[in-house]
Amino acid sequence: MMKFRFRRQTTDPQREKIKQELFAFRKTVEHGFPHQPSALAFDPKLQLMAIGTKSGAIKIYGAPGVEFTGLHKDTTAVTQILFLPGQGCLLSLLDDNTIHLWELVAGVTREVGGVKKEGVVSLREVDSYCLPGRPGIESSSATRVTVLHLLKSCDLLCVGTEGGGVYVLELPRLSLKENQTLLQDHVTQSLPDDYRCGKSLGPVESLQEHPQQAGKILIGYSRGLVVLWDLSSRHADQLFLGKQQLESLVWERSGNLFVSSHNDGGYSVWAVTNGNVYNNQPVSSTIPYGPFPCKAIPKILWRTTQSSSPVILYSGGMPRASYGDRHCLTIQQDKEHVTLDFTSRVIDFFTVHNVDDDKEFDDPSALVVLLEEELVVIDLLTPGWPSLPTPYLAPLHSSAITCSCHVTNVSTKLWERLINAGKAQQSRRHTHKSWPICGGKSLAPPPKQQELLLTGHEDGTVRFWDASGVALTPLYKLSTANVFHTDCDPVDDPHDDPDMQQEEEEEWPPFRKVGCFDPYSDDPRLGIQKISLCKYSNKLVVAGTAGQVIILGLNDERSDHLVDVSVMDLLQDREGFTWKGHDRLEPRLKPAPFPPGFQPLVLLQCLPPASVTAVALHAEWNLVAFGTSHGFGLFDYHRRNAVLARCTLHPNDSLAMEGPLSRVKSLKKSLRQSFRRIRKSRVSGKKRVLTTPTSKVQEANAALAEQEEVAPVQRRIEPRSADDSLSGVVRCLCFADTFLRDGTHHGPTLWAGTNSGSVYAYALEVPGVGLGRTCERGGASESSMCVEAVLGKEIQLMHRAPVVSICVLDGRGKPLPDPYEASQDLAIAPDMTNAHSVLIASEEQLKVFSLPKVSAKTKFKLTAHEGCRVRKVALVLFSSSVQEDYSEHTLVCLTNMGDMHLFNIPGLRPQVRFDCIRKEDISGIASCVFTKNGQGFYLISPSEYERFSLSAKVLTEPLCSVQLHRHLEQTFTCDGTPTHMQANGTHKNQMGQAEGKVDVPLSTLPSPLLDTPLDSPLSCADLTLDSTGELTVEDVRDFLTTVDEEENNLRNMKDEEGRSPGILIN
Amino acid sequence: MSRASQSRTPTRAAESVVEVKSKFEAEYRRFGLKRTVAGNFQEFYRFLQSIHHIRGMDVRLCYADIHGDLLPINNDDNFDKAVKSANPLLRIVIITKTDDDSMVFATNSLQRRKKVMTLPGLNPGATHSRGKSVPQIGPPQDFRQISSIIDVDILPEAYRRVRLHKHGTNKPLGFYIRDGVSVRVTPHGVEKAPGVFISRVVRGGLAESTGLLAINDEIIEVNGIEVAGKSLDQVTAMMVANSHNLVVTVKPANQRNNVYRGSKTSVGNTGSVGSAGSIGSALSHDSPSPASQSNPITASSSQAEGDSDDEDDEGDIILESDGLNPYSRDSARNGAAAAGRPFPQSVSMPNSMGASLSNSASYSQDRNHNHAGSSGRERMREDGNMITL
Repeated sequence: MMKFRFRRQTTDPQREKIKQELFAFRKTVEHGFPHQPSALAFDPKLQLMAIGTKSGAIKIYGAPGVEFTGLHKDTTAVTQILFLPGQGCLLSLLDDNTIHLWELVAGVTREVGGVKKEGVVSLREVDSYCLPGRPGIESSSATRVTVLHLLKSCDLLCVGTEGGGVYVLELPRLSLKENQTLLQDHVTQSLPDDYRCGKSLGPVESLQEHPQQAGKILIGYSRGLVVLWDLSSRHADQLFLGKQQLESLVWERSGNLFVSSHNDGGYSVWAVTNGNVYNNQPVSSTIPYGPFPCKAIPKILWRTTQSSSPVILYSGGMPRASYGDRHCLTIQQDKEHVTLDFTSRVIDFFTVHNVDDDKEFDDPSALVVLLEEELVVIDLLTPGWPSLPTPYLAPLHSSAITCSCHVTNVSTKLWERLINAGKAQQSRRHTHKSWPICGGKSLAPPPKQQELLLTGHEDGTVRFWDASGVALTPLYKLSTANVFHTDCDPVDDPHDDPDMQQEEEEEWPPFRKVGCFDPYSDDPRLGIQKISLCKYSNKLVVAGTAGQVIILGLNDERSDHLVDVSVMDLLQDREGFTWKGHDRLEPRLKPAPFPPGFQPLVLLQCLPPASVTAVALHAEWNLVAFGTSHGFGLFDYHRRNAVLARCTLHPNDSLAMEGPLSRVKSLKKSLRQSFRRIRKSRVSGKKRVLTTPTSKVQEANAALAEQEEVAPVQRRIEPRSADDSLSGVVRCLCFADTFLRDGTHHGPTLWAGTNSGSVYAYALEVPGVGLGRTCERGGASESSMCVEAVLGKEIQLMHRAPVVSICVLDGRGKPLPDPYEASQDLAIAPDMTNAHSVLIASEEQLKVFSLPKVSAKTKFKLTAHEGCRVRKVALVLFSSSVQEDYSEHTLVCLTNMGDMHLFNIPGLRPQVRFDCIRKEDISGIASCVFTKNGQGFYLISPSEYERFSLSAKVLTEPLCSVQLHRHLEQTFTCDGTPTHMQANGTHKNQMGQAEGKVDVPLSTLPSPLLDTPLDSPLSCADLTLDSTGELTVEDVRDFLTTVDEEENNLRNMKDEEGRSPGILIN
Repeated sequence: MSRASQSRTPTRAAESVVEVKSKFEAEYRRFGLKRTVAGNFQEFYRFLQSIHHIRGMDVRLCYADIHGDLLPINNDDNFDKAVKSANPLLRIVIITKTDDDSMVFATNSLQRRKKVMTLPGLNPGATHSRGKSVPQIGPPQDFRQISSIIDVDILPEAYRRVRLHKHGTNKPLGFYIRDGVSVRVTPHGVEKAPGVFISRVVRGGLAESTGLLAINDEIIEVNGIEVAGKSLDQVTAMMVANSHNLVVTVKPANQRNNVYRGSKTSVGNTGSVGSAGSIGSALSHDSPSPASQSNPITASSSQAEGDSDDEDDEGDIILESDGLNPYSRDSARNGAAAAGRPFPQSVSMPNSMGASLSNSASYSQDRNHNHAGSSGRERMREDGNMITL
């Protein structure tokens, strides 16, 4: 092996060109709701909304499909964002006290789908600024920026600081106007002595420019003082001597009034009348949720309306004792008073209203509230202030996502039925007014096909999303909880019941639950683990944590029926095992109402009720296969009978039997470790306090002990043992119509792969399917016949790594089409004339075996070469971006290192490798799902999917233009494509990305044996298809061979044995 | 034959009888052997000689263990072991002592032997004539190889390439690796780079027992793939994936036990590994001695390993299947195995030949039966179906 063959893979320029036309990696768009939002802004002129996050990302949204993303160089929280209205510029203030200027710039004309798109706009950082510390002030926090305010003229930016100073920056150059700086001393001088009382005024809490008189700003200090400051004459016009700690200020449109909100949960209205310099008392002052102590009102808005009295909107202010933990926002107008009760913290909010100077009133049309976990929009024009469904920024994680599944090319019929089912679900409180944030124009071509993304959630729901475009829109939500009898039946849910609502409205404060973020699951056993949808027959299989497998069908009518329950014991012949995990879910005994949409037909319950780990659906054969950690089963849902139950447990594997409790062991261990660590740190901490000479030795010892503890991580090198725990976990299942018995008759087969590298292949007898089989049994009526399963082959992979995926390839080496596709001429019929092969991907190796005799044809030992393990595998059809009709089936592998390896099939030659996900981002890697045309999704946060594209042709990315009030200058980025940075978690530097070539790790060690004819199968450079040398024999047990076949095999073996170096001696 | 089929069922049920299949050159004998009263080695040896009609011939007995390794039977202890380890079949290979002196008992020696034997098979005269004259040079014969130093001739002197045969033993590999900083002298000066090191060697493990790997040895390659630029986890995964046949190139922390090549060793660059003596590789302990010393052990073993690399990287285990019809399947495999053997006569063996062989087998069976009956040894019972093709 050490005699390396330095046969570098000759880079065929032709092939390289094809590769470039097929493969290209890009992260295209982020779906869902930004993780940990921290700032919100709205540009009323361009109708764009910006959200800043704690990870330093800025995302701009307009009309559905219009999205821009920018990422600060440092991953520091964005604390404030300001739009320069109409200019397509925005300012951001970060937690590290820097101010950044961003601009929407026109990119290079891009060609998308054969059409040149002009005016594509992207977001770019232009400038940044950091307020210098003043020499006179020692504390660095004095110049910490607390608030930014942009003057209407857009050329001056006022900056309020912690130290109470107000600085003025010139835009767009972000330069400090030294002579404009207003320090607190200026203001204090003009204060009456009794108000001053030697105390500081505190930080600047709010800056608001006078709505009518330019150049006059209202400065609110934390202590309560509000100053109307004239920037040009540099003197205080008026002083409002507030006594209560100030939170925010807002002008009334006319400029005659302003409102201040306070720390005690009250707000005050102040009149701005010319004449008297000092104002001691506000016009009015109220604590809306008093008289008991209330929490602060961090922000208040005052909007005038033409028709009636002004609308007052404020967040917080709840009575501290009774509702202090609620996240509320109050809308008040005259007698109408609604307290919106959210499930997560209010970050910020704004109203969409008239901003034209010639209009006399604000007339707000919508309220947009940014919460920590979702965005809520309230229609202020419709009586009752209903909420508006959001076309994007959907909270994917309203209950935690447990699995996902993607369906391409959904037929219009199914699509419409789903949309109708979804519409029927929307509650009365939703309006269908048009979306108020509608800036920009999407230039992306309309999606060629409808794509569905299905997410399974912890609370037992499956959500259907429209993933065809840039905006991920909710379509329909399916709940599986009502199949079961749970403690909290969804019918009794308070917010669905109108009577309960009535009662609620009488209470004070008048709460109304808004938003759909609800992370609390009634029962964790309801969690969805696997989903499979047949888009042709509209059958859906959903499997969950408590071993439940539900088969559902689409129905447009509401239906009350009892769901059939079938129980399958996967242990059957095994004895002496006890399941110590959770119980199964109790099925509902009475008929339950099921709304239009997917309605359950059969409930299959596996015993023991371990979590379902794999599911396969073949709607054409009416079969469902499912696997758990104990075994797998096959069920015929047409005839409602169990076909097969097979236990995959290793006899020694007692851990699997005990269920999730086996985890307790490691938990206990880790707890013990962490306690030890804490104790140790406490000890060493105390030691440092003692400084007596005798303690020096102890100190040194402690230091040594600490060093030992932080000793570099070490890894044990030991081969995988045969009886690893959980070896019986079924990892994948697959149906295929192929040759298992012999080379001439093909028929339905079921394949199952386990965690310990075992593969079971069953030959199925499905009535009415298979060559000539029906004729043989022509006499029996079809209904009386049952599906039968016969064990055909057992393959034990020698390296015992978990089997990640199994896929059967047809005679041309292409994957078999989905059920119905071949029979309904929706896909090219598979090649049944040439020999089939099966592709088995384990965590360590990819292998193609010939069928029906399972002998290795080609393999790629990924782990031995690269040291990475396969996590996800998909067969993807890549289309050429240049040639219209050229496409290739490619195997895409996501590894534990977070990179994508692409292999051709069935040759398994490495094509390209792309870095995709950070290797530390385990949940990202685990959540990755591929589409069939070269795109994919993975979670970058609990609430966001990153969409990526591996295909040079198929990509869904935002392409938008914005009509700006300034001239869009053309910028030329060097590579022609705007570098797309990622907001959350997983950015890898772009340098390392997209290495277009396969790394060929070659030893640099001197090797004089270059020209020996001996080749090393382990050398990565050796990528020949010539597999005679590397034919390895796995343990294949054949159960189907008949006598004459055996002779055949014998002959084959003889033939092959002639060249194979290995001889089997029994 | 009918008698044989009758006797089969009870023996299998009782589990007290071991099926033995012994092979001498191209001939097979099948018989049963009571596990409890297996007897001693000498008796067994004589019995085999008689059953194969090779009385008086000096032969060695080997058996194939569950890993496919060929192991010797030359005393009561390992005979006992062999009988115990048989499940359910004990495969015996009889080798004439003269032409197989260079045989190595090692990992997958069973399969490797086939390949090596193609040469003597084609040109038997040459081997026999040289067999006597050449002194016996090679690794000790009656031990199972668990590790070797290989490629001494092509590696830089500071490196050591060690092969660990996991399948040869039940011992754990028994070592740990860690991240560290490796210091290298380059033309630009001293350079520091991240490296992977052996951090711990478990007492009683394979790594320790070889004495070839030690704490703080830097790992340079794993099965021919450089680890530079790979993370600890990646290197771990690579080693585990190759654990059945692990080849690690290390830079030993203790450089004083290195193999030094003299100036003459540039001959090695021509790639003539075959001539074991020509490579002046030596295991010198304290002072590097001149090039004259050679260590044929390492050199020859390296060659032997090299031959087998291409085929045994997977460490295949052909598990005995307890399927529906094991006997017919056994026979199929036997036939295949026999057919695959590179002996000219077995390759070209037609059906008629098989028939004649079976004739001779029945003949031998009869004879053997007589012999067993005459000697009155009931514990070794011949079990029919000796040759199956």
